[in-house]
Amino acid sequence: MCGIAGLIHRGKSSNVGRELTDMLQSLKHRGPDSTGFALYGNPKSGEHVLRFKVAEQEDMRHGFQIHDQVRERRAEVDRRLDELGARRVSEEEATEYAYRYWISYDGDMKKLADYVEDIEGAEILSIGNALELVKDLGDATVVSSQYGLGEFGGTHAIGHTRMATESDVDIRSAHPYWAYPFNDISVVHNGQLTNYWGFRREMERRGHRFMSNCDSELIAVYLADRMERGEDLEEAMHRSVDELDGVFTYVVATSDKLGMAKDVMAAKPMVLYESDDFVALASEEVAIRSVFPHEIDTYDPYEGEVMVWQS
Amino acid sequence: MAELDQAHESYELGMHTEQLSGRTQQVFFSAEESGNLVYPWAPVVDFEKSGEIDAESLNQQEVNAEIRRLMSEGIGTITVRNPGAKHSLGVGILSRLNLHFDGSLGYFGCGLLDGPNVTVSGRVGWSCGENMMAGTVLIEKNGGSTFGAAIRGGDLVCKGDVGSRTGIDQKGGTIIVGGRAGAFSGFMMQRGRMVILGDAGKNLGDSMYDGTIYVGGSIADLGVDAVEGEMTDLDREWLTRKLAQYGLEAPNGVENMTKIVSGKQLWNYDNLEPTEKKLVL
Repeated sequence: MCGIAGLIHRGKSSNVGRELTDMLQSLKHRGPDSTGFALYGNPKSGEHVLRFKVAEQEDMRHGFQIHDQVRERRAEVDRRLDELGARRVSEEEATEYAYRYWISYDGDMKKLADYVEDIEGAEILSIGNALELVKDLGDATVVSSQYGLGEFGGTHAIGHTRMATESDVDIRSAHPYWAYPFNDISVVHNGQLTNYWGFRREMERRGHRFMSNCDSELIAVYLADRMERGEDLEEAMHRSVDELDGVFTYVVATSDKLGMAKDVMAAKPMVLYESDDFVALASEEVAIRSVFPHEIDTYDPYEGEVMVWQS
Repeated sequence: MAELDQAHESYELGMHTEQLSGRTQQVFFSAEESGNLVYPWAPVVDFEKSGEIDAESLNQQEVNAEIRRLMSEGIGTITVRNPGAKHSLGVGILSRLNLHFDGSLGYFGCGLLDGPNVTVSGRVGWSCGENMMAGTVLIEKNGGSTFGAAIRGGDLVCKGDVGSRTGIDQKGGTIIVGGRAGAFSGFMMQRGRMVILGDAGKNLGDSMYDGTIYVGGSIADLGVDAVEGEMTDLDREWLTRKLAQYGLEAPNGVENMTKIVSGKQLWNYDNLEPTEKKLVL
């Protein structure tokens, strides 16, 4: 089933970490397997935030040498970053297996991502000036607390509660997906794509990599590919509604925009609240009520609809 | 077919299907049968007695249980405050009751009803009024998708917009939408009437077997086997009366509404084998 949510403040920052945690926690019944956050903070000039992991949560419970392996993999990530000339400005250990680095790097981002992910067990969750992507097993409160997201300040955010139906319960299959290797683009999705493999093969032929077998990842890669070819976000989203087959509602975010798209049959839910300075959207109104407990006017976007808001 | 002005008690009870035509629609109740229209275990309530529930700190099961408790005490007018868009509120009520929600409902609100009169001051989520048998549900704001799925009787009214697949599998009763309705509204409709005062999305009435859809605005396109029918005086009279009942008006007048019915050209309306049908079509 899965639950998706997003919010954007227009012209101001807020505690989007806390707000999104509350929204996703109220959608826990739609997917208790994993929870993911794509948070857009206040960018520091000249620095990128790199979120990556070197093992699955499940791996930490198995194997005699996993802790040594994790240390070795992280050391290898550090070595490769140094080798590429990416200066590590600061580092945080979010969990034993997931990290948050601020790096200064002017080179080819795809080369950096590919080189890091070539290390066994390593996966870059996101690279961005504003974007920080966090996902792990458990409900929103657990993940938010584990990664200290409760005080995250920013302009907008999207998130996902996952009920695993077609791929494993692991971090790799959890949403959101970063639109590798593009800065600051992330996607969450509720639905099923029926032409996933055909498009995946096409994207792979064009040089894009997939980290999972989850159809949702395709949307992120697809949008990135279209934007790489010169389309803006809204154009790429309109094209996706025409070209991607199946039932879906997805939410996408860039450094300064939030967008949503619904398939032509409107088979997956989305409720929307919009005011002059704030937009919130979610699979169910209860999520919006978690940040707006008073009576508000909400509505459902229609079939084939694409909407984009600026922060 | 009986005269429409025939004074049945069933009209007063709101149990009459009020169908105008169609071979599956001639179901009438006599006044003498009204006693059979009440479940023997249904609580006897007094509409003059009122009660209130604050749903803010209750989950949906607790709210529904509280409604039943008040009904068992003979309270016939209940107001639920702070419903907070919780799911499945006000479901499975099988007797007369005046129920008001002061706020919005989540998914599956007011489903499986058989008799109560419900008002909602806010909006409702997906599948409101699903499988309703009798009674009225009046929503002041917007509704989600699958509004009135498979209803069999009663009046389900949303003054705002509703989502896609409105009245999917409708088997009777009346659905009225004050604004716009999304794609596939009236999908596989089998009986009853649907009124959309605003625009209708694409594939309207797709694969409908019977029943009638009236549209006040534009129609994106018609679904398979849905065709335009001829508006009659009876249609206009019924629409005028029904809309007035809920304080609604057709934006361009009922005389300019479009009537959609089943073309009944699908294979299941004759004895032709599917292969033969291909030749005919």
